[in-house]
Amino acid sequence: MARVVITGAGTINALGRDVASTQAAMAEGVCGISALNMRDVDRLSVTIGGQIHSYNEADHFNRQQIALYDRFTQFTLLAAREAIAQSGLVFTGELADQAGVILGTSGGGLTTQDENYRTVYEDGKNRVHPFIVPKLMNNAATAHVSMEHNLRGPSFTVATACASSNHAMGQAFAMIRGGSAKAMITGGSEAMLCFGGIKAWEGLRVMSKDGCRPFCATRNGMVQGEGAGVFVFEEFEHAKARDAEILAEVIGFSMSSDASDIVMPSKAGAARAIAGALRDAQIDRSEVGYINAHGTGTAANDKTECAAVAEVFGPHADQLMMSSTKSMHGHLIGGTGAVELLACLMALREGVIAPTINYQETDPECAFDVVPNVARDAKVDVALSNAFAFGGLNAVIALRRAP
Amino acid sequence: MSIESQVIDIIAEQAMLDPAEITLESSLAELGVDSMGVVECIFAIEESFDISVPFNANEPSQSDFDISTVGSITKAIEKLVNEAA
Repeated sequence: MARVVITGAGTINALGRDVASTQAAMAEGVCGISALNMRDVDRLSVTIGGQIHSYNEADHFNRQQIALYDRFTQFTLLAAREAIAQSGLVFTGELADQAGVILGTSGGGLTTQDENYRTVYEDGKNRVHPFIVPKLMNNAATAHVSMEHNLRGPSFTVATACASSNHAMGQAFAMIRGGSAKAMITGGSEAMLCFGGIKAWEGLRVMSKDGCRPFCATRNGMVQGEGAGVFVFEEFEHAKARDAEILAEVIGFSMSSDASDIVMPSKAGAARAIAGALRDAQIDRSEVGYINAHGTGTAANDKTECAAVAEVFGPHADQLMMSSTKSMHGHLIGGTGAVELLACLMALREGVIAPTINYQETDPECAFDVVPNVARDAKVDVALSNAFAFGGLNAVIALRRAP
Repeated sequence: MSIESQVIDIIAEQAMLDPAEITLESSLAELGVDSMGVVECIFAIEESFDISVPFNANEPSQSDFDISTVGSITKAIEKLVNEAA
């Protein structure tokens, strides 16, 4: 099996417009969650989020592009440009045919849907812009990344709610490992911070109105974020031959399904995914130093996740650091695993563990070293990133420090 | 129709029981209403009485809205309806 490494990373999210500023904010424990700025916000009961403020699409895209690019596609393209530029890869000839795009998103072009439903239902208009369908479809971002960079290999979009980008990265990993591609652009994005997107989440009554406090005894729900994280996964020998800078090695991936409940998480399903990732990576649990938790800040997720980690790691759980960076950037739903992978890269490359901010009080059911409030210096060889989605669909990735 | 009987109807529908089987002392858990059922009940209550119920599924016990029994729910709704009036 081919080895797979990461040779490029890009992002835009509430903490920063690129990887450097995002990781600097993570290391500083900056809170990117703030008051939402959107139409009809006075009709919402949840009015905070990890929103990317003062974003102006015209700074990045021309009029024709904006007609086709929903906000989630725009975020993806910006992150992909950064990642591909860092990798130094240019996709021409044979490499173009051996490189593809697999991205995760949950809602796809939700802003486009929201605005156009409003046009026909609320404003009573009988006509919408001709490109609404290609703008809102979930695979639009994947297609536009493919077109912009001439990526002509295996490409598709994965939708598994909050685990979408982890599932996408797992597929990209498998694609290279199995020999179907030399390089893959992968990760995910989400732009659900529109009126309808928040309104739908309000209904579930799992959103916090005052902040995201994962693992804290006073936590009272999740806070949504938006943005994208995109990576270049590349076959190790290919990267080595061109002397590329390697950010980390992808060593394992595992998926599982709880097969039990559409919203309540299961310890058994999560534990199977975590244990599966260790097995796939052929490593002992004692090698893992850091876990970027799913850590949504809901009562149910955090205690279930901690129970699953405790079960898989046994006594080594006491040596682990496990933080939730959702406390800073919010829950990016289909893009969350991708942005959170940046915290894993920071841990492996720079030896800086991103904190769980807003942490006030220990919950006995989540009594882990959650790196409360302040980042920590620590040498980490292996990091895991957890994602456990509604629907009970779980995906865990294992990374190792660059060889 | 009294608030009490409307609440019982809403809960009975969620629990798939006859309203006659529900007493004010019944807890939602005893009636087989799980956490998703609770959220659906609250939605139905808000729609029926045109009120907004302060309930967060993450901290049901800390909510001002006491959902421990059918009776406590009825009392809490009566209070909200009076406040709204």
